[in-house]
Amino acid sequence: MNRYKSLFTALAAVVLGLLAGAVFMALSGSNPVAGFYYLFRGGLMNLERIGNTLASATTLIFTGLAVAFSFKTGLFNIGASGQMLMGGLTATAIGLSVQMPRIVLLPLIVLAAASAGALWAAIPGFLKARFNVHEVVATIMMNWIAYWTVYYTIPAYFKGTFLETESRRIPALASFRAEWLTNIFRGSYINMGIFLAAAAVVVIAIILDKTTLGFELKAVGFNRHAAEYAGIHVPKNIVLSMSISGFLAGLAGATYYLGYAVNMQIGVVPSAGIDGIAVALLGANSPWGVAASSVFFGILHSGKGFMNAMTKVPPEIGDTIIAIIIYFAATGVLFTRLWERLTRKRSKEA
Amino acid sequence: MEYIVEMLGITKDFPGIRANDDITVRLRKGEIHALLGENGAGKSTLMSILFGLYRPDSGIIKVRGKEVSIHNPNVANALGIGMVHQHFKLVHNFTVTENIILGMEPTAGPMLQTRDAAKRIKALSEQYGLNVDPDAKIEDISVGMQQRVEIIKMLYRDAEVLIFDEPTAVLTPQEIDDLMQIMRNLLKEGKSILLITHKLKEIKAIADRCTVIRRGKVVDTVDVADVAESRMAEMMVGRTVNFKVDKREQERGEAVLSIRNLNVLSSRKTQALKNFSLDVHRGEILGLAGVDGNGQTELVEALTGLRKVESGSILFKGRDITHDDIHSRVMAGMAHIPEDRQKRGLVLDYSMEDNFILEIYGLPPYSRKGFLNRKAIRDHAEKLIQDFDVRSGQGALSVGRTLSGGNQQKAIVGREIDHDPDLLLAVQPTRGLDVGSIEYIHKRLVEQRNNGKAVLLVSLELDEILDLSDRIAVISHGELTGVKLPKETNESEIGLMMAGIAGAGGME
Repeated sequence: MNRYKSLFTALAAVVLGLLAGAVFMALSGSNPVAGFYYLFRGGLMNLERIGNTLASATTLIFTGLAVAFSFKTGLFNIGASGQMLMGGLTATAIGLSVQMPRIVLLPLIVLAAASAGALWAAIPGFLKARFNVHEVVATIMMNWIAYWTVYYTIPAYFKGTFLETESRRIPALASFRAEWLTNIFRGSYINMGIFLAAAAVVVIAIILDKTTLGFELKAVGFNRHAAEYAGIHVPKNIVLSMSISGFLAGLAGATYYLGYAVNMQIGVVPSAGIDGIAVALLGANSPWGVAASSVFFGILHSGKGFMNAMTKVPPEIGDTIIAIIIYFAATGVLFTRLWERLTRKRSKEA
Repeated sequence: MEYIVEMLGITKDFPGIRANDDITVRLRKGEIHALLGENGAGKSTLMSILFGLYRPDSGIIKVRGKEVSIHNPNVANALGIGMVHQHFKLVHNFTVTENIILGMEPTAGPMLQTRDAAKRIKALSEQYGLNVDPDAKIEDISVGMQQRVEIIKMLYRDAEVLIFDEPTAVLTPQEIDDLMQIMRNLLKEGKSILLITHKLKEIKAIADRCTVIRRGKVVDTVDVADVAESRMAEMMVGRTVNFKVDKREQERGEAVLSIRNLNVLSSRKTQALKNFSLDVHRGEILGLAGVDGNGQTELVEALTGLRKVESGSILFKGRDITHDDIHSRVMAGMAHIPEDRQKRGLVLDYSMEDNFILEIYGLPPYSRKGFLNRKAIRDHAEKLIQDFDVRSGQGALSVGRTLSGGNQQKAIVGREIDHDPDLLLAVQPTRGLDVGSIEYIHKRLVEQRNNGKAVLLVSLELDEILDLSDRIAVISHGELTGVKLPKETNESEIGLMMAGIAGAGGME
């Protein structure tokens, strides 16, 4: 019942978002049907496009899971961007300076980057648990610390060959792109991160639903007073929850900078960190919902350029649609009410 | 006979339930008319209709003999009907005067003009013997005084009919006496009172007539003087109610809990417990009586590990547990029915089956190697739901939030007793429950005691303490004022001890 309700809310938000997008397309003097045709075609029309869609989705799955996990446990990790940056910086640093067989190097990069993200999130977690500093404020601050850390570290130690503002190119040995995968998807920038992301969805779903760890974390999230009463160590769980969330965001960083991209640029806060909030919201904080909404947003991301090339619709319409969908997902209460009214009517008729 | 308010044949349907079914209540001018019924009997719905919050589906309301249509609370106010709510509606950092004039502020030009209002409040206070200081801030005055502010608020708006919704739930025995005196003063000045309650003793003490409601229907309207308390209880519940708890004589065993010179700070960092010492033995119910806010909460929190102990020690089954964490105390055999069931007792968004394993999810068979065993959890929940008669829409899968207060409480009591604890800390275990549930929970507490376990009962209801306890300890301002045997004491002595006057010849 509850699951259907979330699904209904999400679908209603998507439909309304698309409808609003259609209105905007019409207002900009284009045919909405053609606009949508090219938008989805751009995301799905061939293997390369599908690969790119999945590559966009990979990052969103990680950041979406990071936000959803913290939400489920009563915390709002708005710092996925910063954790992603630290994960990416760690991964880049190892990728550019360590030489070892790929089979050892890639797992090392994954672990180190995830740990860096976890540590970056554990700090606001600790501040929350120990001093009751609100995690929203603390994680935003950590985003900027990460931003400037990258800003100085990359030019100082990993400066690119031509540009001051980016790192050297990641060697193929340390990249998450795999030749066979790239070949299947006809040269797309899909990478092995997608397998890690799929695994993460399953693991997080299991942790939340089937383990005592998930039971504790959710109890703390729903009602920390009752959790405390029951003998659950609340501060420990807050730090742990933030760390797991940051761990996931750190993975986003590793797969984004060493898979989706080919090097690390400075002066950019990765938007995937913020988009993760939208993904989590639309996915009703469920790992499976996160996976589905990531793929959907992935389609919009990779299709909007094609739409722009084929019609007069500006690519910003794609972003507008995303924004409107988020808006409707956030006001999901309205749809929940509608759903309740619809189901009540039906049960009355029965 | 002159009636000031008549509600005739009131019927009100909600989806799936008829809350009021052809209810007729007539309030005479100058009487106290009690409305008696269990939780959910339909009293609140009826009063909400009188107050203009709901419209009846059928039936009419007459005020002073004239048919009226009360479609919102302002109409009720204009007709001279006022309500003292169970949960006061006061702004805490406002003064008494500011609260009373809220919504009808007297002004001089753009400025607030409170002087005349304060004067009038002072006069009303004197006229009715309310003793309220118009300039005091709400946060600085006692709960009993806040209730009087609510009463003045009605009088200030020239209410003729006052509805009191469970007014004694938050008061000490002495404050209850004061309130009854105030009600008598109100009658003397020509007011009429509708009293909503489920406490028979109060009806007996103050009401003239009583209308009993059960499942939305009027059982009868009786003259209170002619009907025994037990008969009224029967009418309310629909069966014979066992008031006296059956309790066999039994020797108490060794001390399970020894509290020694305990000092604990409150959340505001004031001394909440001062050198508090007490023993609780196997096979006894020790009742801790006291006015709300005299250190009971802090004592229980210190015992369970929710609050830090400054000095002194707690021995549980002979072991010093003063600095043990909560989990290890639970595992050692301490269970706790918390004061606030929604804040501490339940994760309201968890299903009942998850709530039933809140403390024991880490133990087999409920989990193994960190993985939950859903089958065992479900079986456990179904057993508790069966044994403790917890009623809910979807059984073990019902979300905690959807249960009624009484069923939530039964679930918590069931969960804690099911741990088979050596010491059960029962804090206000029957707060807000109806007679049937109270009777049931009392029986289970006595069973615990009969099985040789210890029960520390903390309650603000003196009757509950007197009925259940083998020994009564009284706390006042964080200090133990004495320990008494129930048969050697009475309500007024305990009342005095609650006020801090140590009992003469007390026994330890």
